[in-house]
Order: sequence, then structure tokens, then C-alpha cells
Amino acid sequence: MNKKVFMTLILCFVLITAGCSSGLFEDEVLRIATTTSLDNSGLLALLVPDFEYEYEVEVEIIAVGTGQALALGENGDVDLVLVHAPELEIAFVDSGYGTERHVIMYNDFIILGPESDPANISNLPLSADAITKISESNSIFVSRGDNSGTHFKENQIWADAGLDPDQNGEWYNSVGQGMGASLVIANEKEGYILSDRGTYLSQKENLPNLVVLFGGDSSDKNPDLLLQNIYSVIPINPEKFENVNADLSDLFVEWISSIEIQNQIGEFGVSEFGIPLFYSNSTEWISSNSLYIEPQDNLKQENNSG
Amino acid sequence: MVNNELLEIIFLTLRVSGSALAIACVLGIPFGLILGSEEFRGKKIIQLLISTGMGLPPVVVGLVVYLLLSNQGPLGTINWLFSPSGMILSQSILAFPLAAGFTSSAIAAVSPKLIIQIRSMGTTSWQEKITIFSQARNGIIAAVLAAFGRIISEVGAVMLVGGNIEGHTRVLSTAIVLETRQGKFAFALSLGFVLLGIALLANSLTYYFGGQWEK
Repeated sequence: MNKKVFMTLILCFVLITAGCSSGLFEDEVLRIATTTSLDNSGLLALLVPDFEYEYEVEVEIIAVGTGQALALGENGDVDLVLVHAPELEIAFVDSGYGTERHVIMYNDFIILGPESDPANISNLPLSADAITKISESNSIFVSRGDNSGTHFKENQIWADAGLDPDQNGEWYNSVGQGMGASLVIANEKEGYILSDRGTYLSQKENLPNLVVLFGGDSSDKNPDLLLQNIYSVIPINPEKFENVNADLSDLFVEWISSIEIQNQIGEFGVSEFGIPLFYSNSTEWISSNSLYIEPQDNLKQENNSG
Repeated sequence: MVNNELLEIIFLTLRVSGSALAIACVLGIPFGLILGSEEFRGKKIIQLLISTGMGLPPVVVGLVVYLLLSNQGPLGTINWLFSPSGMILSQSILAFPLAAGFTSSAIAAVSPKLIIQIRSMGTTSWQEKITIFSQARNGIIAAVLAAFGRIISEVGAVMLVGGNIEGHTRVLSTAIVLETRQGKFAFALSLGFVLLGIALLANSLTYYFGGQWEK
């Protein structure tokens, strides 16, 4: 008797498992490779469930470094990449791995350091000047050192300053870790570090030894255009990898570029940090926004004259 | 990564894991010897703690050592965080229970009849210990190898406490994590083979010399 019950249970289990794995009860899946910094911000966790609900699909987010995210795309292991290293992205599309690069939003990078600011970098106009001063004073500098989008930006600043960080000494610490872990190390060492503003704001409470020394109060007030951090989505080329879900990734691009979602992006973080963590920047949003700017300007003039 | 850097990483790996192994063995083997051969109050509890310690998660050890050594921590002033010394400390903690536990079981497994025989020969307590020790030497070699295997490949504690700083605290296991995160899978895998090679070499040498000793 017991044996019968047991066998029935086993049979049920096998059938359910088989049913699930054969896709009977499963939604379509969209795999997105993105960077840890974006994933840590919580933006995707807020937006993506709406997409899943609206189109009855399942989205899997794989959060890794930009280098690995692009490598996942180059191997056809994901359907879409969402990263922030324009030069690498353009090369990625040029090599035929991605179909097209769609800019969706931006924020910025800032230089953090101890309040005492031993290298005296606050109030400088350019990030290259700041990094030169840090290097000249041999102040502790923590580098991501992991070929991530942020590390790429660091190297751009070094190049802009005409310096080669690899030849530097004891004060230069290449840690090869994610943004959060690197910030914790900079905080412990009371050193300087380049960070995206979002990750810093979300971890600020645990970083008592760090303050913003370069980059201003919000992303749109950053004095150095080089520190803009532009995020794009790139669908993986279905001609190269048959297994990728091209229809679904095109749908995602269309959805995230839409005015409605772009507005949500621009509001994200305002209630918690007082400033937006991301600024909307899709082609659709820019073109619709330029229509809005004119009447607003007219309104201002009327107010001024009145 | 340049060859020079690779050598630096291999050298640091050997230095950190080697020092940790030496510390763990110098403390753990005598500890296991006493634990395996003496009777005293609280022995069962210590045995329980040691065997639990064999399964200590490296990240947890890393976290505790991190908090100890952090700026705000009680040992913040010695500046061991993000240094090889801090890494050696956490790996020693990880390896100690293995060295002590396996030694103690090896000692306890020596036949009681043999011990009675040794005692009947009128040996001192010290001579008795040395004889038991040499009888249990294969088990003790296994203890050393287990401790070595635990720490050479360990990544959680050295990543947290060392910080994976290039040219300073980057070891093979943390370099593998870094290369994988960058999507350089082939290079990461070849670093894995270097790590395996070191483990193979260490084991071969131990077996070879252990075997010689037995003859």
C-alpha cells in the first residue's frame, strides 16, 4: 500500500518535472547581461517586472563586469547586453556581434576621496587635472583594474592627463573588483577613487571616510563632459547566433526607449537621494522632449517680461 | 598579463599559502597530538569544535578577520588589512582545524596494544609520544596535505582580506576570479591549471618523501 502511494508520488514528480522542463508551463525567457553597478542600483529590479508582466515573459539578469557582459554576448550566451563603455560597444557592433547600439540613459562618474583632500583636487575644472594632482602628490588611489566600464573611464582620464598609471608606484592600487568592493577598499585606505555616482550614493552610509571631491552635486552639473557615463542596450545579432531571441530583445529595446519608461528612469532615486540616479537619453525621449522645451522657454520669457 | 606579473602572483600564492600552512602545522600538529593521546576534561567539546572548524566557510573567516583588521576594528592599528600578513592570518585560521583534527584522529587510531607495549618498555612520556607520532606519520602527512589543499585554492577569505591588489595581494585564486569576470575565460582556465599543477607537485613531493621515510 505504502509502496503504491510512494510510486504515485514519484510518478507525479517526474511528470511535473518533465512538463516544466519541456516548456509547457514556462514563459519565454529574455537573457540580459549587464554590469554589476547598474544591477546594484536597483533600477532594473524596479522596471523589469513591468516588462515581464506586460509581455508575459521572464527576464534573467546576469550582472557581471562590462568585459564579461560583452564576452557573454560574443558567445551568444545572452540575448541582449546593457552596458556603459561606448568605445567597446561600437567595436562590438562593428564586429557583428550586436545588431545596433541604442543609447538609453546617462549618469556620471565622480572622484571621491578623504575629506582632508591631501592632493587638493576640489574646485578643479577637469578630471585630468585632478588625477594629475593625485599622481603628483603620490596620494593613495584605488583603481577598479578589472576592464570594466569604470576602469575604462579611469584609463581615459589618465590618457587625457598624458600619464601612464601602470608605471606608478605603491600608492596606485589596482584591486580588480566590483564598484562596491572597490569603494569599501578606498574607504578603508582613505584613498581617492573614481566611481559612478549611483553606486556611491547607494553605499554612502557605509563610506564615512569618502566625500565627493570632483563632479559637482548631480550628474547634469558635472563640470567635465569626459565623466559622462552613457548606458546603451545592444541586441545580439541573430544571424550570428541562431539561439538568441531577437524578437524579444527588439521588444525590450522599444519598451525601455519609450517615453513612459524613460520618465520612470528619470525619476528613479529622487525620493531617496534628492537627485535622479539616471537621466533619460533615448532617441525617442530626446525628440519628444525637444518639442516640450519650446513652450517652456516661451513661458519663462513671458514670466520674465511680466 | 605579463609573464613577470604571473610569476609574481605564483610567488605570492606560494608565500601566503606556505606561511599559513607552516603556522597551522606548527600549532595544529602538536595540538592534535595532545588531543589524540591525552585524556582531559572538555576533550569532547574541543573535538567537536575542531571538527566543526574543518568546515569553516572561508568567506566567514574572511569577514571576521576583515572586521578585526578594519580601520574601525580592534586590530585596525596594525594595518594588516589588504596585506599578505592579513591573508596569512585568515588562511592559518582555516587550516588549523584540519591540521589538528586529522593529526588527532591519526594519533587516536594508533593501536592501544602498541601503546601498552611501548609503556612496558619503561619509556618516558616524551619517548612514548615520539613513537606514537612516528606510527601515525601517514595520517599526519594526510593532515598536512588536507590543510594545504584547503588553503591553496581558497578564494573567499583572501579576496576579502587581501583585496586582490595587483602586485601586492593578488594570488592565483583571486586572479582567476578577476579574469573570469573580464570574460578572459581561456586565461582564467590556464591560471587554474597552474594552480592544479602546484597542488599536484606538492602532493607528489609529499608522497615521494613520505614513501622514502617509510622504507
